[in-house]
Amino acid sequence: MACASAATAMAAMPTGTSARPAGGEQPVMAKVGLTVNGERRELELDTRTSLLDAAREHLHLTGSKKGCDHGRCGACTMLVDGRRINACLTLAVMYQGSEITTIEGLGQPGDLHPMQAAFIRHDGFQCGFCTPGQICSSVAVLREIEAGIPSHATADLGKVAFSEDEVRERMSGNICRCGAYPNIVAAIREVHEGARG
Amino acid sequence: MKPFTYERPGTPAEAAAAAASTPGARFIAGGTNLLDLMKLQVETPAHLVDVNGLGLDGIEPTPEGGLRIGALVSNTDLAADARVRKDYAVLSRALLAGASGQLRNRATTAGNLLQRTRCPYFYDTAQPCNKRRPGSGCAALDGVSRQLAVVGSSEACIATNPSDMAVAMRILDATVETVDAEGTRRRIGMADFHRLPDERPELDTTLRPGELVTAVTLPKPLGGAHVYRKVRDRASYAFALVSVAAVVRPDGTGRVAFGGLAHKPWRVEAAEADLPRGARAVAEGVLAGARPTHENAFKLKLAERTLGAVLHQARA
Repeated sequence: MACASAATAMAAMPTGTSARPAGGEQPVMAKVGLTVNGERRELELDTRTSLLDAAREHLHLTGSKKGCDHGRCGACTMLVDGRRINACLTLAVMYQGSEITTIEGLGQPGDLHPMQAAFIRHDGFQCGFCTPGQICSSVAVLREIEAGIPSHATADLGKVAFSEDEVRERMSGNICRCGAYPNIVAAIREVHEGARG
Repeated sequence: MKPFTYERPGTPAEAAAAAASTPGARFIAGGTNLLDLMKLQVETPAHLVDVNGLGLDGIEPTPEGGLRIGALVSNTDLAADARVRKDYAVLSRALLAGASGQLRNRATTAGNLLQRTRCPYFYDTAQPCNKRRPGSGCAALDGVSRQLAVVGSSEACIATNPSDMAVAMRILDATVETVDAEGTRRRIGMADFHRLPDERPELDTTLRPGELVTAVTLPKPLGGAHVYRKVRDRASYAFALVSVAAVVRPDGTGRVAFGGLAHKPWRVEAAEADLPRGARAVAEGVLAGARPTHENAFKLKLAERTLGAVLHQARA
């Protein structure tokens, strides 16, 4: 990641403004303000910085993992304004004013999110590299089902309900090379049933 | 990734003007395809025009009884819209067959239409590719072509359009609305939006430089069974080998288009008259003039059989 220098330009990011000038090979710097895990953060970043790199390299939130860096593995999954996205495939400067939740914001040791606790209880991981993305995705999956958003596994587009087939389909963007899938599904089911009970 | 400047305009006209006035500018919405390509330096824009602040994220009824879908409506929101689920189910089904939950949350309607091919030689900058570098040749012709086109291809390019959504929009006779830097608005039918590669495979669509997609409109709903069926190498989160979008009325008539076969959603209206006669008759018309490679000739039979399964499902 290149550093700011006298040759770089800076600009704030609200609508109607721009990071200029240059082009060419010089890095272009821009300011962005985000709320990350409830805390307001102001950053000056090379415009090329992905949301994932902003969290890991600039905010030192290294829970979100860089697996493929191309949106294929899901290890970087974060919640942005309540929705799960691949943080590697998006630019931090595009998120002025947004609310970002990473795995660190879901829960901490001693105060775990129910999904984090369920993953531990069900052994929903082996090496653990994909786990932060799996957990962020799982939390969002239950919200999506609750909100009635259909999936490829939904037989009747008008009736969205929890099932293990739904979970498997909806989690297909999170790859686990250790193959912990059955235990991940069990953890998600437990949280779903706990939320209902 | 090459350095780039960035701006976030507030209106579609400003966005189109910014793109027209800045050399090497590209629009960015979800970025799920563009950033992937920028990391590989397949795309090297000098300037990004972020269109997320343009307010094009609503779905509104039209006076003609259809729907007007803002260019920035996410794939998730479009698939989940109650009107789309009820009246345009083939579109919901196609969207839900594509990508992953994370990507559908970020990917937009216009971005989905404008996504580039996933041909492996387009992605590999060490290989010749007429789409990526015009005139450099096509490594796919003698390469790994299992996923690639069997109809409508040229000596210059056998890439396929990867979109599921576009296949459904093709049979729904959707219209793409655009604005340019002068404020001129244009409406482009889905049949004319995507191009065949011919001698200019670098051009995926008939959009002009700097022209901004603002919306996609759907005509009033088509009655009948709405079916989208996608055949792929794994059960989820993979591009189509072959896909079929169909709306079939109880008398067996209807419309059908195919994904995974060509450089654009592949619909042959003349062949639709054969729908009541069954999949083989339709497939003969749809695949006339096909030029498969030795690796993807299986798609011809797969397309016919997938259509057969779709017609069976539509009757059920």
